[in-house]
Amino acid sequence: MKYVMLFVGTEETDHRSEAESAAITEKIGAWWGEHVAAGQIVGGEQLQGPETATTVRHDHGSVSIVDGPFIEAKEHIGGYGVIDVPNLDAALDLAKSWPWGGVVEIRPVQEQMA
Amino acid sequence: MTAAGTRPEADRDHARRRIDATFRHEAGRLVGVLTRFLGDFDVAEEAVQDALAEAVARWPAEGVPERPAAWLQRTARNRAIDRLRREARGREKLAMLAAGPLREGGAVPPPEADERLSLLFLCCHPALGADAQVTLTLRAVAGLTTAEIASAFLTSETTITQRITRAKRKVAAARIPYRVPEDQLPQRLPAVLAVLYLMFNEGYLSSHADEPARRWLQEEAEELAELLTRLMPREPEPLGLLALMRLHLARSAARFDAAGGIVRLRDQDRSRWDAAAIAGAIRLLRRAAGLGRPGPYQIQAAIAAVHAEAPSWEVTDWPQIVALYDLLLQHEDTPVVRLNRLIALAAAGGPQAAETALAQAEPLREALAGYHLYHATRAELLRALGRTEAAEAADREALRLAASPAERALISSRLAGTRA
Repeated sequence: MKYVMLFVGTEETDHRSEAESAAITEKIGAWWGEHVAAGQIVGGEQLQGPETATTVRHDHGSVSIVDGPFIEAKEHIGGYGVIDVPNLDAALDLAKSWPWGGVVEIRPVQEQMA
Repeated sequence: MTAAGTRPEADRDHARRRIDATFRHEAGRLVGVLTRFLGDFDVAEEAVQDALAEAVARWPAEGVPERPAAWLQRTARNRAIDRLRREARGREKLAMLAAGPLREGGAVPPPEADERLSLLFLCCHPALGADAQVTLTLRAVAGLTTAEIASAFLTSETTITQRITRAKRKVAAARIPYRVPEDQLPQRLPAVLAVLYLMFNEGYLSSHADEPARRWLQEEAEELAELLTRLMPREPEPLGLLALMRLHLARSAARFDAAGGIVRLRDQDRSRWDAAAIAGAIRLLRRAAGLGRPGPYQIQAAIAAVHAEAPSWEVTDWPQIVALYDLLLQHEDTPVVRLNRLIALAAAGGPQAAETALAQAEPLREALAGYHLYHATRAELLRALGRTEAAEAADREALRLAASPAERALISSRLAGTRA
């Protein structure tokens, strides 16, 4: 069963010292590698900051382009991982062990009918 | 029989009660067996509800089958097949069902497994909202109908139906597993205990006029709590919850008068309490305390134990009860706990205490304005202070809010008594 984990940065994760961030980034590397090797993580990327985002909004035929993420909030998506695990409990275990902290939203991927 | 024949609704009621006896015990287990077998909670749950509906429709005319539980299982299995036939994705599962008896081909159940326990952890999964957890448990594990759950929650059937549909959709879409989470029991346990206690309370103070205490619901909750204590012998809180339930049950014979009216604790004939059951519950509580990790259910059981051991309301060890409520507040600081502490505080001593308690009740008003016992408590405090008119107004408010006919009767009689 595939799920996408959306990694969300919060005020806490945004205000870390460089040393702290570097240490956690190293942990993420090991964590990611371990779960890729185990076949649980099958894809994913880290994203650049929300200040680099551009939003294209379709509204009844008209299209507007706006600087910034689609929703202005203190919390923002910092990356995602695609995982393939047996069930939600396994997905929750992964999300709970995510070294960066902040918020992780788990969404099951829409299965395509054969 | 003639009377029953001319009154189909009464006949139906009778069949329904007969089904209750069978179904309540079987529903959860059957949903569990089918869920494990099919890996599809939604289909399993719907099929069992279909089987119940069919029993309600057929048993009055055809008579109750000789082996009602087996009949329900066979019917539920057939209804599951019907449902799967209608679904494109059901074919694979259909082949499994057609292959033979329910148990074969499915995963080997863990030892000690009561299917209802896995089902309980599924229904109480933290990925579901609290309302959804309770609703799903009442329906899938305890076998309540949507109408009964709606009346328990004082809400509409539509709301409950939507809640169940949404919850089951999430179970399927997010693949919430059907299993006992052996590796995460401490984190997952509080939700299960909360749901069981709610289930027990629904049975304890039912909103059904003709069945003031629906024993079956209490027994279901007690049985599941007992199962939890066996599964988790090192966890004190299930023991606390079980002790709490048994302390309530031990005193239940004295809770209702011959007419089905509620008898308040202070007026109960304590000789009708089951002393052996009380002693047994207190032993359970000691076992829990021996594990050295107090928790809200152990403390509530300790409060119930102080009441159960007291020869009368007057000589109850109220200071001890107030102290236990103070301890409980450290775990569970809710307006209802604060209200119960006030009652103990008022009972601990004279008019002065009632005055203090009444003052402390004021800040709870906003949170508890819709809770009949808040107003009933105020009424008692006001009455103790001789403020009859204010007491009557508070009782009228309590009456307006009380859901259970038995509770309404109690408040009404008190109102009548005030006027007399």
